[in-house]
This record gives sequence, structure tokens and C-alpha cells, in this order.
Amino acid sequence: MTETNGAASMPMVRFDNVTKSYGALTVLDSLDLEVAAGEKVAIIGPSGSGKTTVLRMLMTLETINGGVIWVDGEPLTHMRSGDQMVPASASHLRRIRGKIGMVFQHFNLFPHMTALRNCMEAPITVLKLPKREAEARARDLLAMVGLAEKFNHYPSQLSGGQQQRVAFARALAMRPKVMLLDEVTSALDPELVGEVLNVIRKLGTEHNLTLLMVTHQMGFAKEFADRVCFFYGGKICEEGPPKQLFSAPQNERTRQFLSAVLEAT
Amino acid sequence: MEIWDWGYAFEILPILARASIITVEATILGFALAATLGLLFAILRMSRSPWISVPTAGFVEFIRSTPLLIQIFFIFFVFPEFGVNLGAMTAGVLALGLHYGTYCSECYRAGLANIPRGQWEASTALNLSGFHTFRDVIIPQAIPPVIPALGNYFVALFKETPLLSAIAVLELMQTAKILGSENFRYTEPITLVGLFFLVFSLVSAAGIRRLEYYLSLRGGNA
Repeated sequence: MTETNGAASMPMVRFDNVTKSYGALTVLDSLDLEVAAGEKVAIIGPSGSGKTTVLRMLMTLETINGGVIWVDGEPLTHMRSGDQMVPASASHLRRIRGKIGMVFQHFNLFPHMTALRNCMEAPITVLKLPKREAEARARDLLAMVGLAEKFNHYPSQLSGGQQQRVAFARALAMRPKVMLLDEVTSALDPELVGEVLNVIRKLGTEHNLTLLMVTHQMGFAKEFADRVCFFYGGKICEEGPPKQLFSAPQNERTRQFLSAVLEAT
Repeated sequence: MEIWDWGYAFEILPILARASIITVEATILGFALAATLGLLFAILRMSRSPWISVPTAGFVEFIRSTPLLIQIFFIFFVFPEFGVNLGAMTAGVLALGLHYGTYCSECYRAGLANIPRGQWEASTALNLSGFHTFRDVIIPQAIPPVIPALGNYFVALFKETPLLSAIAVLELMQTAKILGSENFRYTEPITLVGLFFLVFSLVSAAGIRRLEYYLSLRGGNA
């Protein structure tokens, strides 16, 4: 496969035999996962199954102990040095990381900046956009997530759902190719979940993004995702189109998990 | 001879007032240096590279565990042996800044440690450089909570400036000593110097409380 014609068929994200452990505890065990460009993958599973770790490794918030992660046809965790693959340097990590954005469970907005400034900070300092352009982009995105009235509000003046929508705008302002959503509705009061899910629906239709989301919203995963991966004990236990996985799970563990989750809701 | 001579007190007051300018100068310059160095020490100590963090920690502990007076003497009398000749005021300000810089670094360290991990992670996710993460995200959140503690060191540093009289900086204490020995009367100059320190300390403490209050108001919005 050559560099030029390979890109089209290459997956946007590829985990190649990736292992992550903390001491004796193996969190992810030889994970292989490919996500195509534009694909929307929901990751579900019980807590401790390693599902959040998948996103955190891809965002380079966690190092990996084995294997290689590829993004957009290039290795993220490694780089080529002659014929060999060596661990990525800081500058290589920064370059590849620029293709990835992430929204967190607890928003992690910058509390000392207004909503607008939160969305302008990285485009100005990282992408070196002129201030006016960064501001225009931030205004557009905040309007897109329905916060046109809240430009100058600080995070503490916004509801949880509004804060999370700012976090979406902030991540989108960097124009990532891949978006990682880590339980983005888990910290929200139930009545605020809908407004955030609506933003995700918009992302799916209006932006050509590859989405990986860890979620407990089974209904939403079923409706929105192209594929669902069920994690158990650091491995993908079962995966498939949501209709198949939710209505006719093949694996006993998947069945147990789904029935437990459905009972709870 | 009476215990307090008002005439003498008023006679020396203008001289002491002039010397107090040197004291205030040494305080402000020394503290500006301490606040800057302290932040630098705190950040270097957080470095992931042990080649940076360990020597910094060692240096900070060393400075903190040796007396300021010895450091003042060392900079003023021993540095020239190595070809570094500093004026008394410069040497004094440098020693004060270095010594209190190590104390300030502990304040900053506490402030930096209190920043939630999510702030660092969001900065990484947005691909901010280390410099911009510190400058725009971490430091603006870490400093306001530690300003009261830094303010205490400002007052403490101020109260240690009389040590500069040991290398003949013409600050308040040195001036008072000279006046005392010239006139064989120490009561008035030393008392007046003590009073000046008292007033300045109280005013500074009030200023710090105001600043604290102002920051707590802003903190509500941010």
C-alpha cells in the first residue's frame, strides 16, 4: 500500500494490538479496533471495562504499554525513524493530536474565561488564527449549539447542559477530524440531557466527523451510532450495528449487561 | 536626661523618612524578584524530568534551610571572590528575593497542585503547548487563591529588611544605628523605626485583605 492511494481506504482510527496496564492490572488487552472516516461508534460496557481508557489513549491522556494507535493513516503513539517505529516525540504527538478533539464528562471548561474566550483560546494560540477570525468562528459555533445569548457568560453562570454545549463548541473550534465524547451526558441532570444529545445529532448530520463516544444512553446509541462496541474486561466482547446488538445480542455477557441497563431505566 | 526627647525625635524624623524610601524600595524590588523566582522554582519543580525537578528541589530546600543573613553576607562578601561585584543594595535585594522566592515557591506549588486534573486534560485535548497551558489556563487559576499567603511573605520580607544594615545599606535600621551612635541616643531612632515598621505592616495587611476580598468577588464570576 502506497502513501498516496492508501489514505482513502485507510481507517480514520486504528488500534493495532494495543495494551494498557497499570502494574498488574490489565485495563485493555490486545485491542484491535478500526473506525472508518465519518463513522459513528458507540462504546458501551460496565464500569472498569476499559471503555473510557480507549478514548483517553487516543487523546494521548494515557500512554500505552503495547501496540500502535493510528490516526488518519499516521501512527499517533509512534513515528517512523528509518525503517523502525519509535515512540512518538512530543512534537509528533502534538501534530497528530491536532486531528482529535474531546468532550469530557465534567466539561472541564476554563472557569476564568467566558464562553467565547473558552472557544477562542486554542484557535488563537495553537492554530495561530487572527483574533477576529477566531472570534467569528467561536460565535458561529456557540450559535450552532444554541448559546448565541451566552457569549460573555462565565462557566459558573451556565447550567450543566449549557456548559457541555460550550465544551462542544470549544472542541469543534479546532476543526478536528475525530471527536471523542466521554460520557458527555453522565454528569447532567436528566432534563438537560436532551439539549446535549441534540448537539451530537447535529454533529452527525452537519459535520463530517468521525465520532467515538462512550455512553450510557442506550436509546441514543441505538438511534445514532453506526456501530456499537460492547467492552468487557478490557476487550471488545461483541460489536455490530446497533439494531443487531441491542435486539439480538450473541454474547451472554452482552445480554446480561443490556438487561441490567434496561432494568435500571 | 529624660527618656524621650521630642526635639531630637523631630530633628531625625526627616532623615529616617528618607531612609524609609530605601527600605520600601528594597521590599518592593525584593518581593518582585521573590514572586517571580518563586513561580519559576514551583514550575521547574513540577517538571517531569528529574534532571530539572530534583536540582530545583535541592536548591529550594538549601536556600530555605540556611539563614538569610548568611546569604546576604555570602552574596556581598563571597561573590566578589568569584569576580561578581554587586553593590550593597543589589546584593541585598538579590538575597531577599532569592530567600523569599523559595518560600513563595511553596505557595505557588500549593496553588498549582489544586488545579483539577481536568484543566490539564482539556488543555492537552485542545493541543495547547506547555507554555500556553501554564500562561493562559493554569497560572491564572493558581495564583488568586495563594495571594493571601504571598501577601504574608511580602510583610515578612519587609520586616527582614533591617538585615541589610549588616552590609551597610542605608535603609531605616542602618540610618537609625548611625544616628544613634552619632548622638549617643538610640531610644528615639530605634523606636521611630519600630513604629514605622508597625504602621507599614498594618497598612500592607489591610491592603492584602482588600485584595483578597476583591479576588473573592471576582472568583464568584470566574
